Amino acid sequence: MFYREAGDFKTSYDADSQTFPIAFDRYRYWVVLAVAFLVIPFVINDYWANALLVPFLIYAIAAIGLNILTGYCGQVSLGTGAFMAVGAYACYKLMTAFPDISILIHIILAGGITALVGAAFGLPSLRIKGFYLAVATLAAQFFLVWLFNKVPWFYNNSASGQISAPERFVFGIPVTGPNTEAWAMYLICLVFVTGSAIIARNMTRGSMGRKWMAIRDMDIAAEIIGVNPLRAKLSAFAVSSFFIGISGALFFAVYLGAVEVGEVFGINKSFLVLFMVIIGGLGSIFGAFAGAAFLVCLPVVLKLIGVDLLGWPPDLVAHFQLVIIGLMIMFFLIKEPHGLAQLWRVAKEKLRLWPFPY
Amino acid sequence: MKIQNLTALALSTALASGTAAADLVLPDLSYRTGAYAAGGIPFSDGYQDYLNMLNARDGGIGGEEIRIVECETGYNTEKGVECYESTKGEGALIYQPLSTGITYQLIPKATADNIPLHTMGYGRTSAANGEVFNWVFNYPANYWDAAGVIVNYLLEENGGDLKDKTLALVYHNSAYGKEPIRTLEALAEVHGFKFNPIAVDHPGQEQKSQWLQIRRERPDYVLMWGWGVMNQVAIQEAANIGFPMENFIGNWWSGAEHDVTPAGAGANGYKSLNMNRIGDLPVFADIKKHVHDAGNAAGDGSNIGTVLYTRGMYAAMLAQEAIASAQDIHGVSDVTPAMVRDGMEALDITAARMKELGMEGVGPEFSVTCEDHGGSGLGIVQQWNAADGKWVALTDYIEPADDITTPLVAEDSAAFAAENDITPGCYKG
Repeated sequence: MFYREAGDFKTSYDADSQTFPIAFDRYRYWVVLAVAFLVIPFVINDYWANALLVPFLIYAIAAIGLNILTGYCGQVSLGTGAFMAVGAYACYKLMTAFPDISILIHIILAGGITALVGAAFGLPSLRIKGFYLAVATLAAQFFLVWLFNKVPWFYNNSASGQISAPERFVFGIPVTGPNTEAWAMYLICLVFVTGSAIIARNMTRGSMGRKWMAIRDMDIAAEIIGVNPLRAKLSAFAVSSFFIGISGALFFAVYLGAVEVGEVFGINKSFLVLFMVIIGGLGSIFGAFAGAAFLVCLPVVLKLIGVDLLGWPPDLVAHFQLVIIGLMIMFFLIKEPHGLAQLWRVAKEKLRLWPFPY
Repeated sequence: MKIQNLTALALSTALASGTAAADLVLPDLSYRTGAYAAGGIPFSDGYQDYLNMLNARDGGIGGEEIRIVECETGYNTEKGVECYESTKGEGALIYQPLSTGITYQLIPKATADNIPLHTMGYGRTSAANGEVFNWVFNYPANYWDAAGVIVNYLLEENGGDLKDKTLALVYHNSAYGKEPIRTLEALAEVHGFKFNPIAVDHPGQEQKSQWLQIRRERPDYVLMWGWGVMNQVAIQEAANIGFPMENFIGNWWSGAEHDVTPAGAGANGYKSLNMNRIGDLPVFADIKKHVHDAGNAAGDGSNIGTVLYTRGMYAAMLAQEAIASAQDIHGVSDVTPAMVRDGMEALDITAARMKELGMEGVGPEFSVTCEDHGGSGLGIVQQWNAADGKWVALTDYIEPADDITTPLVAEDSAAFAAENDITPGCYKG
């Protein structure tokens, strides 16, 4: 009844091929953006920003990146943590080498550097597929982490091996460093998320995305009909690494402020983003957001319920977190293997007919 | 799903921040899960048991009850930041994260939020320079002091001459483990020994290649900067390759009972530093009576008297003294974090006071000033006796190598001040 296309006639090709053809979807999109940009910055506080919203936004960008690679192009990658590290270290070197240039430019350049590194490590995908490619990207994960630990140039020869983000300003407002306000952290990440999502959505709906999906579905047939596998796979790696690099740069500069590569960008980070993509739904931009929200918010909510509401000892709650998250992952994958995005799609399909059953 | 989460959060934070009573809030950023839990559990037990005993026996500090807020970090930096953000609003007075990685994160945040950070024997060593790090304290000793103490001990053992000896350092490949490298390199230049750092990646479960390298190179001494499961594996590997245990010296975080017991008799003779003198202190009887017997023990009560339990208790005692000193200076019992910072800067721990508190000789005598937040830097060397299952103190408190470390501290803190636009100077309030 509410969510329908009846009576909504398109009069131009543009209108017909737009991203949100149903009016309700379009209005919902604008409302979400309005709330995100105009309401939340005024009500956000330090805890919500640091514990929930900023990590959610940052992981959403990483999940969009990995979704393009694994979901749209079918190349399994376990190197996400290391590519985030490349983004973080590239951002650090740029920030310290060119302190006068705006950090926004540095973050985008860091994404670009990560794209080049990602394309380089994506070369094995031209020869191997699936599980074997996952292992090759695992090599990228361990090699890059080792590299950042070993070569002192990357951390400016600091005695501790840590990199820390100096204070930077955007329009006079600090966005990195300890004096950053919660709303500033949130807004800079939100701007990048919105940009990334718009770019990703449009790329995946265009010819590039169709080439990726052709490679994913049947790469030999795709090659026969004229999709250049080298270009498609390497561009998937490059675009995906661009987003992951931006997410790594934001993670380091805005969220954490100081980073030790072995602990923060280890194999666990790769698995975390992969789980976000799988639970959220492969091959869907909304799925990236859903998965990121699920895996960022669930541990915090469990901790709040366990420690604050129920008063259980914190180590018991931490152990339960692992159990419950594992159980929920299993539950979701059994109930809906295509992830939360599929649940969303099915809900929308049913809503289009509501109140009629079919 | 996000809306549900937001309401759940709003509810929970409202419920959690209900009690805004006038009491002293001491957060405990502990880790009872993860690869480092073996070290985190006894430390947190000691910390909480001592503070609970103060509540039960003395009614708190200066008449104000202590409220402990425990938050599980799992030795993970992101969770540490989340714990900090969630507990700082409750009026937290002192943060002791027990993790060098989390400390590096919290140094700028705590400075901006004006909450003191006490990183006792860990964290960023150059925080000893109080003029740059107004809000960070690492008394009674830090890692560069530890390196100096070990080298001074070895100099004594070798009649004052370490020329042409090889010292290998097996270190945790993180900011924690890398801390002593610069000092040891400087000491190597001064005393003429060869220094060989060998990294072990987190969590330190796999050390076969590192110890094969040691077996091949046969250094004269092996030092260890490990934590958690890395210690146990290293000692086991050293026993496996037959390395002479009396030449294997760990720092004060690599010298606890759970580190040596897995290797059994093979660990006999292993040495480590300790910033505390352990033993049967009278205060343990008090803790047993007021806390454990009342069923209020922080863990399962089995860790009492162990090395890390004693250290956790010592950390709690230093917090108590800092708060008492703050109450003295400002004349109020309900102190704020800024007042506690002043209390920490005026701290003077004497042997008499430690005896009064029932823990005679548990730590060195030291006093804190505005310029020196690092204390005296003394440490003792202890050796594990596997047959008796006890640590035996081999030496009294040994001096560190201040002549080498002081200029290094000045250099590192000046670099930090330059990077972060800090004008060095005593905190004026």
